[in-house]
Amino acid sequence: MIPIELIQTTAADLMAKAAIEIPDDYHAGLKQAAKTETGPLANYVLNAMLDNYAAAKLDRCAMCGDTGTPRWYIKMGNEARVEGGPVALEAALRRATASATTDIPLRPNRVHPLWRTDHNNNVGIGAPEIEYAFEPEGDWLDLITVHKGGLFGTDYRMLFPSDGIEGIKRFYLDSLVAFGKRGLACQPAIIGIGLGGCKDTCMVLGKRAACLRTVGDVNPDPKIAELEAEFKELGNSIGMGAMGFVGKNMVVDCHIEAGYCHTGGMQMSVHAFCLSSRRAVARLFPDGRVEYRTDPDWFTDYQRRETVEWTG
Amino acid sequence: MDGIAKPREVRLSTTPTPETLAALQLGDIVTLDGLIYTAREGVYMRALEDGANIPMELPAESAANFHCSPAATIRDDGSFDMGAVTATASFRFAKWLPEWFDKSGAKLIIGKGGMSSKDYKDYFVPNGAVYLSTVGYGTGALLGRGIEKVEAVHWHAELGLAQAMWVIRACNMGPFIVASDLAGNCLFERENAKISAGLDAVYEGTRPAVLKRFGETDDRSDELI
Ligand code: SF4
Repeated sequence: MIPIELIQTTAADLMAKAAIEIPDDYHAGLKQAAKTETGPLANYVLNAMLDNYAAAKLDRCAMCGDTGTPRWYIKMGNEARVEGGPVALEAALRRATASATTDIPLRPNRVHPLWRTDHNNNVGIGAPEIEYAFEPEGDWLDLITVHKGGLFGTDYRMLFPSDGIEGIKRFYLDSLVAFGKRGLACQPAIIGIGLGGCKDTCMVLGKRAACLRTVGDVNPDPKIAELEAEFKELGNSIGMGAMGFVGKNMVVDCHIEAGYCHTGGMQMSVHAFCLSSRRAVARLFPDGRVEYRTDPDWFTDYQRRETVEWTG
Repeated sequence: MDGIAKPREVRLSTTPTPETLAALQLGDIVTLDGLIYTAREGVYMRALEDGANIPMELPAESAANFHCSPAATIRDDGSFDMGAVTATASFRFAKWLPEWFDKSGAKLIIGKGGMSSKDYKDYFVPNGAVYLSTVGYGTGALLGRGIEKVEAVHWHAELGLAQAMWVIRACNMGPFIVASDLAGNCLFERENAKISAGLDAVYEGTRPAVLKRFGETDDRSDELI
């Protein structure tokens, strides 16, 4: 049984880690970008960002003043049991989100869409989002928090099989060019693309591709992996860099996730995980051990399973 | 990458003289000294639409309006804990600016993403104001280092912490980038124009979607297929 108290304190720690410490994979990606950037203004911006990550870590201060919309991804091994059950788990995550908002502090971003009510703690109706997944083996629980920022950089479109790869490329470029101008997407970003599913799952796939896969990770389907590499290249050939200044770094990495869709359609979503690509992960065991990491390791073979039975 | 031209760096007061503003060039990097206040839609609506009295002497105390909501809390003893600060996209606030310039005498509008050269020419130029953009835009921790003190927060009870009017004492706070000049030129539009020149080549080998959307046609009597 995983103690509920441990879940809540670990969750609060993760909130701080996500807000303050840029994950190593994205950090390395941005350093690489700064090395290759020849646009003088874009180059200045990338180096300022690198300074900013260092300042945030040193000062224990959120890296970006817009601390995004904190959310939770929970993954459980099939044998995992939580003290108090799933309702206690959700309460613990909501409490940790609220307390971390004051303690770090985070910006209380979450408000009611119409009445703009702000509880000043990032908790409200449907907030934070809590999503679940399971793995066939294990008694552990993974807590993953993502603080995605950005009102800009995300889009959805219903394409059709006849649109083909040319249509996919067009929508991809349209999204980057539209949201990259003036740097509204706070690029260079990790671009996540969802293909297929239904409209909602397509959005979910794309968002998870951006937020739950690390820089350098490739899709196990070699043809999709090729597309990922091609799209990264394509995005960086637009001629646009950080803040929409002339430059050659728009995409730190591109991840594509596919889901089976209606035979007539080819849904597509695009998501940009910004310069503050905030995520933090911990694995909790029943004996009280906690292992921190920054790779969510979300998309396992089991999560991408294709057939009726799982025979991994 | 080494050997890349570095932008010019300038230190500026938040109650700047017309001469110092005139000397600024697009793309200069600026750091600020003096009082800065945050004001976005909440403050604009309260001050301009509800006619509430602005709780500061403007522009004598500060001519620098930051489009920002800080990551901050008010401690139980009434003091403030401010972490990172980051600007929010400014284009949405254009409609309040003419009146706001009148009321506040602002000379520096600080935010994310700038505004259009039309806004600069119509609203900024007549008031002798320029636009400063934050950098990144995620350099919140660096900006936080430039905050010497949080002097006050106004209207937090009415507007919530994110929309409240925060008054910050800045010391060498930055970096900001000069995104408009006194002639109303726009840095972002200049960059857009350079990038647009190459876009056709990038789009080669792509195809428009078979199903259009409104927005791709503005004629609502059009069919989208
Ligand atoms: S998009 Fe990211 S980097 Fe940009 S302001 Fe929002 S959280 Fe910060």
